[in-house]
Amino acid sequence: MAFLEVTDVTLTFRGLAALTGVGFTVEKGGIVSLIGPNGAGKTSMLNCISGRYTPDSGGISLGGRDLLAVPSHARTKLGLSRTFQNIALFRGLSVLDNLMVGRHARMDYGILASILYLGKARRAEDAHRRRVEDVIDFLGLSPYRHQAAGKLPYGVQKRVELGRALAAESDLILLDEPMAGMNLEETEDMARYILDINEEWGMSVLLVEHDMGVVMDISDKVVVLDFGRVLAEGPPSEVMANADVVAAYLGGDDAVFLGR
Amino acid sequence: MGEAPKSYLDTLPGLLLARAGTHGKKTALREKQWGVWQRFSWNDYLRAAAEFAGGLKKLGFGPGDIVILIGDNRPEWLFAELAVQALGGMALGLYQDAPAEEIAYILELSEARLVVAEDQEQVDKMLSLRAGLPHLSHIVYHDQKGLVGVNEPGLMSFEAMREEGRELADQFPKWVAALSPDDPALIATTSGTTGRPKLAMLSHKNLLSMAHNLGLVDERRQSDEFVSFLPLAWMGEQMMAVASALLFGFTVNFPEEPDTVQDNIREIGPNVIFSPPRVWENLAARVRVKIMETTRLKRLLYDLFLPVGIRLADARFAGKKPGLGLRLAYGVAWFCLFRALKDRLGFSNVRSASTGGAALGPDAFRFFHAIGVNLKQIYGQTEISGISCIHRDGAVDFTSVGQPIPETELTIADDGEILSKSPSVFLGYYKNPAATAETLTADGRLRSGDAGYFDDRGRLVVIDRVKDVMTLCDGFKFSPQFMENKLKFSPYVKEAVVVGHGRDHLAAIVCIDAEIVGRWAESKGLTYTTYQDLSAKPEVYALVKDEIAAINTQLAAQMRVRRFALLFKELDADDGELTRTRKVRRKVVSERYGTLIEALYSPVCAMNLRAEITYQDASVREMCGDLRLEDVAEGTAA
Repeated sequence: MAFLEVTDVTLTFRGLAALTGVGFTVEKGGIVSLIGPNGAGKTSMLNCISGRYTPDSGGISLGGRDLLAVPSHARTKLGLSRTFQNIALFRGLSVLDNLMVGRHARMDYGILASILYLGKARRAEDAHRRRVEDVIDFLGLSPYRHQAAGKLPYGVQKRVELGRALAAESDLILLDEPMAGMNLEETEDMARYILDINEEWGMSVLLVEHDMGVVMDISDKVVVLDFGRVLAEGPPSEVMANADVVAAYLGGDDAVFLGR
Repeated sequence: MGEAPKSYLDTLPGLLLARAGTHGKKTALREKQWGVWQRFSWNDYLRAAAEFAGGLKKLGFGPGDIVILIGDNRPEWLFAELAVQALGGMALGLYQDAPAEEIAYILELSEARLVVAEDQEQVDKMLSLRAGLPHLSHIVYHDQKGLVGVNEPGLMSFEAMREEGRELADQFPKWVAALSPDDPALIATTSGTTGRPKLAMLSHKNLLSMAHNLGLVDERRQSDEFVSFLPLAWMGEQMMAVASALLFGFTVNFPEEPDTVQDNIREIGPNVIFSPPRVWENLAARVRVKIMETTRLKRLLYDLFLPVGIRLADARFAGKKPGLGLRLAYGVAWFCLFRALKDRLGFSNVRSASTGGAALGPDAFRFFHAIGVNLKQIYGQTEISGISCIHRDGAVDFTSVGQPIPETELTIADDGEILSKSPSVFLGYYKNPAATAETLTADGRLRSGDAGYFDDRGRLVVIDRVKDVMTLCDGFKFSPQFMENKLKFSPYVKEAVVVGHGRDHLAAIVCIDAEIVGRWAESKGLTYTTYQDLSAKPEVYALVKDEIAAINTQLAAQMRVRRFALLFKELDADDGELTRTRKVRRKVVSERYGTLIEALYSPVCAMNLRAEITYQDASVREMCGDLRLEDVAEGTAA
């Protein structure tokens, strides 16, 4: 059984079919890319998995557990975390605080302990800070540790966004267009981070991306969506050669866009 | 000569033992990790070095063996260095940005069996060279990011080495007792402007006598804090973070990452700083840039009070006592501006600040003295363990490099070359007796390769490298470096190469400073894309022309730069045009840009320049672009 199983998911908004009978899997320790033209339903799919939308029908299971039975705010505890396409950081909080927020699912001391901040709460905070420092070291965020997130350059904000999802130490991480708006060097760095979180941190990755070069290079499997339906699912080389995919998304034969 | 002072006749590991013995619990080192300053006491320092030495001993290391070190500034560098020295071996530091071929050459020559390579990047470099290096059996890393689960023969972590050596660590005092101060302790690579780097061997006595004698004229205290951010492969950094720190017992702080250095300096507030001129110039330039972008009030305070500071500094430089009015004005300026500015830079506690390695512009000197940083110039070489001359307090000037430190004798040879003699003069070049014979005279004086003279106040003035002094076709001698330094004093000029040997006038190839000229262009509403585009703009040419014209007014007629061109790329050490310490490699530049130099001596106003750069791995990059060549008008009033 695959780690993430999406089975026959259908999502409609009053007559607009965002997703129709979408099904695919993500193996444990794999990197799967979800691609498709704008409006194909990719972000809607991520939102169904993370709980922002509830599908009309179909099933999603993570590690054998039915996700749809669990409310959205409890899904982090099951080992799920995500980033957002338009960065959703707390602009006034420092980078450190934003990353600490990512640890919330693992914080188990109560409100009284927080207010008094004695013994157990203090120790727990220190332990969380230590893990967050590992994320800071991994993503090279040391110079920005205490700066307000809203004032950082775009590329750094994207890294903090990724860092917050990493801080949750989840099993499956959903990345919504992590390369959007990045130049060549930043894109390469981000690709490297994704590979490292997969290889070193052992996280499975489901990513939505438009940069075909990256998708081809790092994915184990590619799922192509078009108008809410799955067009193809398979290893990158197979999918790119699929005639339907080429026609719908990549353009004609002379316009296949395989990287920058 | 009487008996040598005993206080520095010891060895580096011997001093470590002594310090741990007298005040073992005091802080010796700090490293910022996980956002917090972690401290190491002298006992911790000793234990780490002893355990690593034990590990080396198990691998059969002994007198004469070399351990190579490469990586960022971390306590592990010091632990490994002291460890190999305790066994009678030598530590050899490499610059991180050294090209693979140079590293291979040094590894081959030194027959080093073990490299301490900080992280994955350095480890990969070593692994890629391994095939051609049969001696290299062990690679030790201490940052395991990216290395977990990598299986290579001989690859091990610093921790693993320490564990191996733990059982032998008690023998550390015994090993140290067998050492002598004249044993070689350190091998330092010297920046070669021509050919391959040479490996200078320095003994414990060389390093410690230098630290001691420098400390006599520039005080160091045990309570001092020092931040180590310059490469430990550089002699200057070794002198401070290793020799002086062990001799005087002050605390060495290691920054978190190279890009947090400025913040870390502010956090620590060091008492002693020693950096090359480009660090000081960058700081001064950064302050100016930040002032351009700050609030109106701060800009106002800066524009109002900095001139007061400069006036006071100038008075002191001229040897005059500033009047009461000026001193009161300075007091106000201090309160309103300088105190805060110094704090921003992290210099609130600085007692001793020095610059060395190349010339520092008078404007930078003035700036730092104005804000209250007592910046002094230093002169020396790797081969004399770092320093032979330093400005004395209260006697700082822009042209000289000060007076010799105690126990150092400086003389000028007939051809103008500066010769020095002191207990800090090195032992010779490793495996290169020919070069050693060229550098040391028969009576043990060090040939500096620099030409200089003593001024009327007994201070040494350095003109240029003896080899680089050029002559115009009418026999007029000049120093290209002197001219280049003058050009580089302008904030818009990053690098300059002055040519004119055998010609009838001087010309210059100038590289603009991308950041500063970029901001200037933005402030003028000029749009630009790349460096190449920016350096081709007529407005930028006009800007540089004015700068050169202004400099020309201070010079004799023959010394004036008559024509110049702005190069379409920055001169780069990676392209072989500069050494690692940013000194110009004239031979490479004159070969690669030969057509440009020819054009500078012809009447053409523009040309298309092609430059072919061959890298160490035999790949070739070609750059081409259109350049203008402009005359600097005669007699333009600045």
